[in-house]
Amino acid sequence: MAHSEQEILSGLGEIIEEIVGTEASEVTPEKSFVDDLDIDSLSMVEIAIAAQDKFGVEIPDDQLKDLKTVQDVINFIQK
Amino acid sequence: MLRSSSASGGAIIRGFGEYQPSQVITNADLASRIDTTDEWIQSRVGIKERRVGGPEETVASMAIAAGGKALAASGMSPADIDLVIVATCTVRDQIPNTAATVAAELGVVAPGAFDINAACAGFCYALGLASDSVRAGSARNALVIGSEKLSEWVDWEDRSTCVIFADGAGAAVVSASEDHGIGPVVWGSSGERADTIFLRDHKYIHQEGQAVFRWTTTELYKVAREALEKAGVEPSELTAFVPHQANLRIIEAIARRLGAPQARVAHDIVTAGNTSSASIPLALSRMVGRGELSSGSTVLTLGFGAGLVYAAQVIRIP
Repeated sequence: MAHSEQEILSGLGEIIEEIVGTEASEVTPEKSFVDDLDIDSLSMVEIAIAAQDKFGVEIPDDQLKDLKTVQDVINFIQK
Repeated sequence: MLRSSSASGGAIIRGFGEYQPSQVITNADLASRIDTTDEWIQSRVGIKERRVGGPEETVASMAIAAGGKALAASGMSPADIDLVIVATCTVRDQIPNTAATVAAELGVVAPGAFDINAACAGFCYALGLASDSVRAGSARNALVIGSEKLSEWVDWEDRSTCVIFADGAGAAVVSASEDHGIGPVVWGSSGERADTIFLRDHKYIHQEGQAVFRWTTTELYKVAREALEKAGVEPSELTAFVPHQANLRIIEAIARRLGAPQARVAHDIVTAGNTSSASIPLALSRMVGRGELSSGSTVLTLGFGAGLVYAAQVIRIP
């Protein structure tokens, strides 16, 4: 089941708002998780688990560290 | 046909005891020695301070102290005890075992005495063994202790581990009874993930934080729910949830998925740190001591750790 870029972006926004409290509207493609959104490595795991539930795409821990921006995650889920 | 032991039916917990070293290490103390901050530690693991034993405080001495208090709290004398189990993964000298020494020091005469290593799940494993032993008639009254000196297995220059681990001991007395105060243990392991928590250079605890976090937050609530089902307890009937005090964020993530919003969730880690197999009885003993768990309360325990191993059961507070 393919998801559009906009679907994934808004889905990630909801997940991030739920997990770390940042408003979904702040979650835009160019944002860096660590530098812009202040998301740490454990929250990244929670986001990856929630994204897997939502989009059906597993993001393994060894891939997580390479996903630095919101766009990186969108690309990974679309791939 | 062989004659079997007489089984009485049930097992109960009679009382808890705990011991913590007197030396307190605050986050500020750590921040003055290594590159970390109070804010970083609290946001990542939820710990404000932890206890670290001095040279005279050993796995055995802490076990003796906690065990003695559990006997007193239970109204039992050493002569009543015929089984002593010590859960530990940090005792340095494996020979002789710790349980026999602890028993002798407490004045318990010739009990069955053995140590087990189920890492941070050790207390739940030992409690399951003790419960089954008294129910089967292999023992009448068992002293179950979790005691750990993790400070000797931590690289104090490694900020990812030294802020987490601590020392301490907790104990419980388990007795045969017509009542059922200890539910069936649900235990298991995942040895294919052994490489996520191990001893680096054979001396320092190392863990793959993200992998452990993922495992604990996605798999273990199912184990907890199975323990509830086996005990015939609905999540809504739980007074408290006392998981291994690994990391406050793991504790809260498991608690969210457990689905028992009314249950008080143990946060003992905030002031005790992660004391491995000691963390559950330590938390239980301190919660009872503070009046947070009244007699008859229904509590779910869940241990998990290196192996990987896990165990859970429902207990009634004496």
